[in-house]
Formats: sequence, structure tokens, C-alpha cells
Amino acid sequence: MSIRERLSGNEAAATAMKQINPDVVAAFPITPSTEIPQYFSTFVDNGLVDTEFVAVESEHSAMSACIGAEAAGARAMTATSANGLSLMWEMIYIASSLRLPIVMSLVNRAVSGPLNIHNDHSDAMGARDAGWIMLFSENNQEAYDNTLMAHRIAENKNVRLPLMVCQDGFITSHSIENIELLEDDKVKEFVGTYKPEHYLLNKDEPIAVGPLDLQSYLFEHKAMQAEAMRNAKQVILDVAKDFEKMTGRKYGLFEEYKLDDAEIAIVCMNSTAGTTKFVVDKLRAQGIKAGLLKVRVFRPFPVDEIANALSHLKAIAVLDKADSLNAAGGALFEDVTSAMYVNNIHVPAVNYVYGIGGRDTKADDIESVYNDLSEIVKTEKIDNPYRYLGLRKEAQK
Amino acid sequence: MTDINTNTPMEKLTPGGDIYTAGNAKDFKTGDWRSAYPVFLSDKCKQCGLCFPVCPEDAIPVGKEDLKRKDFNYDYCKGCGVCAKVCPFGAIEMREEGAQ
Repeated sequence: MSIRERLSGNEAAATAMKQINPDVVAAFPITPSTEIPQYFSTFVDNGLVDTEFVAVESEHSAMSACIGAEAAGARAMTATSANGLSLMWEMIYIASSLRLPIVMSLVNRAVSGPLNIHNDHSDAMGARDAGWIMLFSENNQEAYDNTLMAHRIAENKNVRLPLMVCQDGFITSHSIENIELLEDDKVKEFVGTYKPEHYLLNKDEPIAVGPLDLQSYLFEHKAMQAEAMRNAKQVILDVAKDFEKMTGRKYGLFEEYKLDDAEIAIVCMNSTAGTTKFVVDKLRAQGIKAGLLKVRVFRPFPVDEIANALSHLKAIAVLDKADSLNAAGGALFEDVTSAMYVNNIHVPAVNYVYGIGGRDTKADDIESVYNDLSEIVKTEKIDNPYRYLGLRKEAQK
Repeated sequence: MTDINTNTPMEKLTPGGDIYTAGNAKDFKTGDWRSAYPVFLSDKCKQCGLCFPVCPEDAIPVGKEDLKRKDFNYDYCKGCGVCAKVCPFGAIEMREEGAQ
């Protein structure tokens, strides 16, 4: 019997961490993820976990402490947002290249500047090539479930990569929703204990971690990281299958919502998927064949699977909650369209940059995207694929 | 751990380049980093023992029996010149690498 609760997204992430009971948590407060280490430190103070909580002086130190702990053989977790992740920058690459399966809760927020504390995905998108597995969560339930699955994926011997669980700052992190929690003992059994093969505190095997890696070796070690990232895809599916057996909640690389017979569809991540589902239902009632593909696993990117899932559509819109400022389009748009290109699938596609700096994206905005898609299907014309949704502009003459 | 060298294929390398044995820094010869090299002038040397403790690379061997310093180990000497600086007798001369 699962436990029915009502929790915010941050509480959900902190509760998952409590049930996982990691050896080390090192974190520094930053809005909107502050509550995660805050709740967690009360769990530590109340003796509900056995964790060593390291109250570090910066996010750079938080990630450094996690790296040290994992290299020593411990299970380490952290949480951050936006500029906190920026300050970790140097160390997030060290974590992935040393193949340390650290798990981080990334509560997505706009990276300054100018200063903004609200939600978009510029923090996560900036780190997309850092070698971390990246899971996105539509709501607090998914943030909780993804966190419970995280260690099984990250610590798998064919993977050994750090993993971040993303959720939308404020929109889900501070919104209280119903949630189904698992019992502590079930989580404990599911997550298991961390048994690294090689670790620094093993007195019987002195090892060196992070040695000098020059021209003759770094290339191969990077290729091994890339291979681990490819391996992660199957492991993510295997872990999801086990999770489904226990909870009945089904997870894949992405979720298809009324996509089977859809003619037009939106591709997006995190909480916008919830709004989009509402709009899809509304349009379906009007006889419009609208659908949604919600990306859960952004790294590794499910290239073939996404291309195939979108192959039957007449037009698609990819929604990016971060502008790549590359004069070409957002990161998700580029990944989706290149996935389709290499699979020799051509579907008219447009990109909408939206929700920057926490700009509210309402059902009407999403509906306007579907209207645009219907127009594209009708006219077979795309004037400009790189568009903005909800941007204030002078009225066109 | 198998012996890893510049011909080892990717599949045989360790994740993250971790080294699962101890005491193998000697396998990495740093001598070719030098831009200047020290020359040991044994006739000027009084065996005072000031030079070898300051060598960061342990590249001045000392005899186990006679406790006297021997010629430089150029496999590891990086040419920092600290030894030449501390020698009170001018028994260590720094020369530009490649020069005669």
C-alpha cells in the first residue's frame, strides 16, 4: 500500500532523498532549490537519516565534496539551481569524467543575467554536454519517482555516470500536489546499497583517481563516457520496468500523449507538458487530432525512438524553455530535428522559444501553437521555423 | 590491472582513467619536460648533502652504502635548478637543454 500525501516538488525531492538515505549530502542554498537541503538538514537533525550533511561555502564546494565522497566509495547527493549550477561548472565535468554516479536535484531556473530567479531551462541546457544523465519531471510525482530510480541507473556498472533530476522551479518545486509515496523499506530495497568495485577508502587496493590524462588517453576515456551514455538508455528502461512492477507507474524514455493517431504534435519537457495535455484534450473534443511527446530522458537523447514516434505526423512544434542564442534554434529543437534527419524522416517542424525567465505559458498560448501547426499543414509553408511564444512585440502593421 | 600503455585499446582502459595500483609514478618519465639541465661537477662537490633533499623529483640518487650523491637521473629531472641554487661550491651548473 502506497502512502497518499500532498507535497511540493521540493518536498517530494527531499522526501525521496530521505528514503534513499545517502552517505553524504553536500549542498548550498539557492532559489528555488533551497528547500531541498533545508528539509534534508532537518531530517539529519531529527535523526531520520544517517547522512553526513556538509554545509559547504559554495556550489563549487558542494560538487567537490560530492566528488570526494563518491570517489571514497560513498553515495552522495546534492541539489541546486541556475547560477548554483554555473558555479559548479568545473566540477560537473570532473564528476562525469571520473565516472562518479552522483545524483543531483536540479530545480530549473533562468541563469542570470539580468537577475531572475524564475523558471526556464537555461541552467539544464547549458549543462547538456557535460556528460550527465538528465531526467525531466512534469510534476512532483515524477520528480519523486525519477529520484528513486536515479541511483539504480547512475550506479549501474555499464553506466557509472552522474545523473540530474530536473523539475521546474516554483511551478512544480513550490506547488503542492497530491503524491503517492512508497514505504521506506520498499525504497530501501529498490535502491539497494552502493557497492563500488574500486574506491579510495579500500585499504586493500590503493588507487589513484583523476590522474593526468594527456594526448594518448583522454580521447579514449571520453569515448568511454560516450559509450556509457549510450548504455544508459537500456538501463533506464530496465529500471523503469522494475519500478513499474512495484508501483504500477510506467516510465519510458518519453511519454506519448494521444500521439498514436495525432496529425499535429508538440514536443516539450517538464511542467509545460501538463498544460499541453489539457489543451490536447480540449482540441480532441473539437475533433482536432493533436498530440504530445513529452521528453523524460534528455540525456542520453533517444534519437531513433523520438524520430520514429514523430514520423507519422503532419507537423510538429518543439518548445524550448531556453534560447540557445545561436541564431538557429533551441537545444531540444536541434536534437529533435537532427534525430529525424539522420533517420531519414521528414516532418515539417517549427521551434518556439517560450517561458523565458518564468514568463507564464497558459493554455491559450499552447493552443495558438496547435493553430499554427494546423495552418502549416494546410498551407505547407513555414516562413520562419525559429519563433517565440508569448514575446511582447510592437503590433505588426 | 593489465599494463596500460599508449597502444592499449579503449576497451582495456579503466573508467575515468583510474589507476588501481600504487607506486607507479616512476613509470611516467618527466625528464623530457626540461628546458635546462644540471651538470654535476664532481671535482668541485664536497658531498655536503644540501642538494638532494631539495630535489622535488628525487632525481639525485644517493648511495645506500657510501651515502654520497651520484650523477643526476635525467629520466625524471625537470631542470628546475633548485639544486644548483643551493649548492655552496658551484658544483652544479645549469645549461640550456640541447646546448653542448
